[in-house]
Amino acid sequence: MVARIITPSTIKMNEPFEVRILIQHPMETGYRVDMMGTLIPKNVIKNLQVKFQDEVVFKASLGTGISANPSLQFWMKAGQPGLLRLQWEDDLGAVGQAEKALQVQ
Amino acid sequence: MNTTLVRFSVCSRDWVGDWVNLARRKSQSQKLIQLCLALLIQMISFCSFAIDSIDLERLVPTQALRSGSTFISEDLKSLQRSDDLNPAFLWIIQGEALWRKSEPLTPLNSSNATNTSLSGTAPSCASCHGESNQSMKGVSTRYPQIDKVSSELINLEGRINLCRTRYQHLAPLALESDEMLGITAYVAMASRGLPMSVRIDGNNEEHFKRGRSLYYTRMGQINLACTHCHEQNWGKKLQGETISQGHTNDYPAYRLEWQRMGSLHRRLRACLSGVRAYMYPLGSSELLDLELFLAWRASDPKITVETPGVRR
Repeated sequence: MVARIITPSTIKMNEPFEVRILIQHPMETGYRVDMMGTLIPKNVIKNLQVKFQDEVVFKASLGTGISANPSLQFWMKAGQPGLLRLQWEDDLGAVGQAEKALQVQ
Repeated sequence: MNTTLVRFSVCSRDWVGDWVNLARRKSQSQKLIQLCLALLIQMISFCSFAIDSIDLERLVPTQALRSGSTFISEDLKSLQRSDDLNPAFLWIIQGEALWRKSEPLTPLNSSNATNTSLSGTAPSCASCHGESNQSMKGVSTRYPQIDKVSSELINLEGRINLCRTRYQHLAPLALESDEMLGITAYVAMASRGLPMSVRIDGNNEEHFKRGRSLYYTRMGQINLACTHCHEQNWGKKLQGETISQGHTNDYPAYRLEWQRMGSLHRRLRACLSGVRAYMYPLGSSELLDLELFLAWRASDPKITVETPGVRR
């Protein structure tokens, strides 16, 4: 599973900027059936967090109402250049992560 | 597809018979009217045969040709325009990784003695082709095309798999897999902004004719041909959707209905399912022929490659 972190090309120190996250995930609701009629087990991203230099800046737990390949947005400030790290875990125990180095001016 | 035509004409002939029987029992003037009607019906039913004689000519006038992205909502347009937010890029990232990856060689069956000695890793796509945005520029505008070695019609997916089996000694990628969609879109993306340019010549003419005949053949329980929506009624509404002209320049595309990326063949199968017709398998010769016809039909300076598209 792939995830993307999208940040503005220029980030100014201590000024808010928008971070967008895009995760490839089926987000199975648990209500769908497959071709043979058997129920596909619920599988959504249950925990997701974004850390900047080991400090949690964004945390979310998603439910079945969120579409597949969810897109999330939040705002943050950075006082120094550093690494933005996304980690998530789904109902079936799969984990994923993505990183992005922030250049702060 | 021929059976559909035959059934159609047989059915209308029975109908003619009914009209004639009815006419016998009616007065002379009524009889004449009934016969005229019967003839008219017969003529209409034969129109479907007459369409086959159309030569290299589109039913959509050249000046009216429009890319599929002009029919979608503003929201989808902005999603498609943004390389950051377009969800198809989740697949393209994987495609790009695959382009640069040197995979371990696939163990081949022992009957092929020359290949069993191969070991180690296969050359990556990039080790022969370099950067895709240079070497693959304009490539997808020329597909589907005839492979010179096997003389078979192949599309971009087919070319990628041929490259893998012939030169990289790797197992072909499964159609509709994340890897296949990703690398196809990654290669096709290098041609963004270039017009589709598929030419019909002696080599691909037979495929073109078959694809064209499929396009104009009524099929399925709904008994519609592609032309009825995409040439004769484009721009009108089909429930909540605006009917497009059915061009191929955005595929592989991300479709909200699928909640994932999908190939052109999957989209064609969705149309076939919509008219309740037999769904030709992915990569089948029928869909390839149809793809060739569609690519030729979209070959116009106004229709440029827009992969990866976003559709509802």
